[in-house]
Amino acid sequence: MRFIDEYHNAELGKRLIDKIHRNSTRQARLMEFCGGHTVAIFKHGIRQLLPTTVEMLSGPGCPVCVTANEDLDKTIALSRLPDVIITTFGDLLRVPSSYSSLQQERAEGNDIRIVYSTLEALDIARANPERPVIFIGIGFETTAPTIAASILQAEQENMKNYYILSLHKLTPPVIKALLDSGETIINGIVCPGHVSAIIGSNPWEFIPAEYNIACAVSGFEPLDILLCISMLIEQTESEQPKLEVAYRRIVRPEGNQQAIKLMEKVFEPCPAIWRGIGSLTNSGLKLKEEYQAFDASQVFNVSPEKSREPAGCLCGDILRGVKVPLDCKLFKTACTPEHPVGPCMVSSEGTCSAYYHYRGEDE
Amino acid sequence: MNNKILLAHGSGGKLSHDLVGGKIIPPFTNPIIDKMDDASVFELSGRVAFTTDSYVVSPIFFPGGDIGKLAVCGTINDLAMSGASPLYLSLSLIIEEGLSFEDLERIINSIKQVVEETGIKIVTGDTKVVNQGNVDKLFINTAGIGLIPPGVNISGSNAIAGDKIILSGAIGDHGIAIMSQREGLRFEMPVESDCAPLDTLVSDMLAFSKHIHCMRDPTRGGLATSLNELATQSGVGINIEEDKTPLHVAVNAACELLGFDPFYVANEGKLVAIVSPTHAEEILNVMKQNRYGKESTIIGEVVEEHSGKVIMKTTLGASRIVDMLTGELLPRIC
Amino acid sequence: MCLAVPGLVKSISGHEAEVEIGGITYRASVWLTPEVKVGDYVLLHTGYAISVIDKEEALETLKLLREIAAI
Repeated sequence: MRFIDEYHNAELGKRLIDKIHRNSTRQARLMEFCGGHTVAIFKHGIRQLLPTTVEMLSGPGCPVCVTANEDLDKTIALSRLPDVIITTFGDLLRVPSSYSSLQQERAEGNDIRIVYSTLEALDIARANPERPVIFIGIGFETTAPTIAASILQAEQENMKNYYILSLHKLTPPVIKALLDSGETIINGIVCPGHVSAIIGSNPWEFIPAEYNIACAVSGFEPLDILLCISMLIEQTESEQPKLEVAYRRIVRPEGNQQAIKLMEKVFEPCPAIWRGIGSLTNSGLKLKEEYQAFDASQVFNVSPEKSREPAGCLCGDILRGVKVPLDCKLFKTACTPEHPVGPCMVSSEGTCSAYYHYRGEDE
Repeated sequence: MNNKILLAHGSGGKLSHDLVGGKIIPPFTNPIIDKMDDASVFELSGRVAFTTDSYVVSPIFFPGGDIGKLAVCGTINDLAMSGASPLYLSLSLIIEEGLSFEDLERIINSIKQVVEETGIKIVTGDTKVVNQGNVDKLFINTAGIGLIPPGVNISGSNAIAGDKIILSGAIGDHGIAIMSQREGLRFEMPVESDCAPLDTLVSDMLAFSKHIHCMRDPTRGGLATSLNELATQSGVGINIEEDKTPLHVAVNAACELLGFDPFYVANEGKLVAIVSPTHAEEILNVMKQNRYGKESTIIGEVVEEHSGKVIMKTTLGASRIVDMLTGELLPRIC
Repeated sequence: MCLAVPGLVKSISGHEAEVEIGGITYRASVWLTPEVKVGDYVLLHTGYAISVIDKEEALETLKLLREIAAI
């Protein structure tokens, strides 16, 4: 497959790994922000191939994992409304909220459908004009523009039964908050490649400029990730942090202007609650007033039960990079993919899930 | 002229007789079933293999097959995996009221094709019709009986360190073919289920060599789950190589798009065999001569270390665990 | 959630495009990439093309990788 296979070349991969080994003389802690990167790194066994001086840390870049229980509880409450069809990405189905999960609600008879795209949700809304169809909008800046486009499509067609529950979040604010907290030493950041496809690489300038931390935007194929790590090690070794892009075939400095325009047309920043971090200003997206008719949180009055966090769950600490899944007493005991306590174990990009499935023998 | 199956067709009366005697039994005519007694009677001697499975796949028609073909191949394959030659099959249908005769006939015809190809005999069965909503169009149960030739000893616990692991072809086709039919998906996928009877592939292998230790067909849970089961049963470790595992391009693309790992996607016409290392190449060549084993390849070996675990060498040369399937991957696929 | 796959644009009709990935054809939306042309490669995310792949840059990256390998 073009633009994938070329970046799997084992020979080139070995040379990049050799280069990283040659260049790395001091301890470097690199945080891969994006859950997709965590999974890719594990899947290809990259951690084992790196020198012991390079430590990879997982960050809060899993939109499912960082959605707080009180937001998840809203999705459950909405699914229980009569006649409502909930459409959602598959990632959310098994995530435990305070008292239930969408999968459980579906087993109870509520109409919950997995879709690959809002395009399918729109199809469902067209096919069921008498029933409200609510799409659960999770995802960062990669996904938010696609939801915005779906709202504009619905507006164009004068659809009256399509709604969004926006749980979207923005990435630069949470990275800032992590770095500001100083909770954990980070020498370099692997920046999210597909978020950057939308917002561009410019928004990451603050990382080397204000925090003096190495920074490079990475793609998701093995060679992309290794090239990024190689760049970060060169920066940390030379003590010259800067913004580099290891994914230039996709990421431009200014990003996708059309996508940004649509996102800004439909959404505006708002405070959002991040699991393990709390409320951050201007870190979420809500529908603008002129699109209120599509806003599920405005149109439907639901009052979920008081939310609660699962006892003993370390998802919050893991998302901030302060702990790893192995530090959690529940990991692989009470908390498994079959019986997850927190979202990190059940999300396809969750750190605990990645550790559970992929940890190699010599780790 | 009524073209849909009614509740009355399952009630045991005249309509039932018309359905069963008119549409279901005749395609499978043989001396045993033609007797139409309450139980089918036959003689057997030797080691008998006996298996049963229920089939609830949705949709009932999919690229490359249907629930009928699946039901018969699935049970034939289970018999074959223990080294047995499939002999007799039972066929039980639970039909949702409202299923069209046309659909039922298509499925019966599908079953007939496999029966003719393999020579297995359907000797008994049952037909029920239930209210709309009580099953999803059609559920099928098949039970199969086969005989294991003397000297053949295949079991999941027979693998020993040093054995080679052979996979009979590309993985993931069946699960992706089913997935591609999910309502609302805007994909056109040129992927067909690999649903096939593997009895001749197995008999070719067994006729050639006594050095086949284990066999399994990686259905639900995919190759990863089957390998983990074998590793656990035999108390050994398994090492495989990512690059050696055959995968069709379209299946790979579908998995990339939808976020699936092909190692966990179901197969219905593949087997994995664990064989003695000195005979592996020859057994491989025999497999490649069979129409259902053309893409056979050695994907790994059995080791003493990491007992019960499957380790995969990635493209980059690192190693990682390949776990069993946890949770739900796909909608009902078999 | 950042799952995105490159595909080839085979045809465009209004806001929709037929995108081919490894033999699979998907009817994607190009709301976010109106500048796309038939023959372009795009990055497909949840049914939408979110970026047009810069083939020049792709070649540059491969060149860079080969240079590193040659050292």
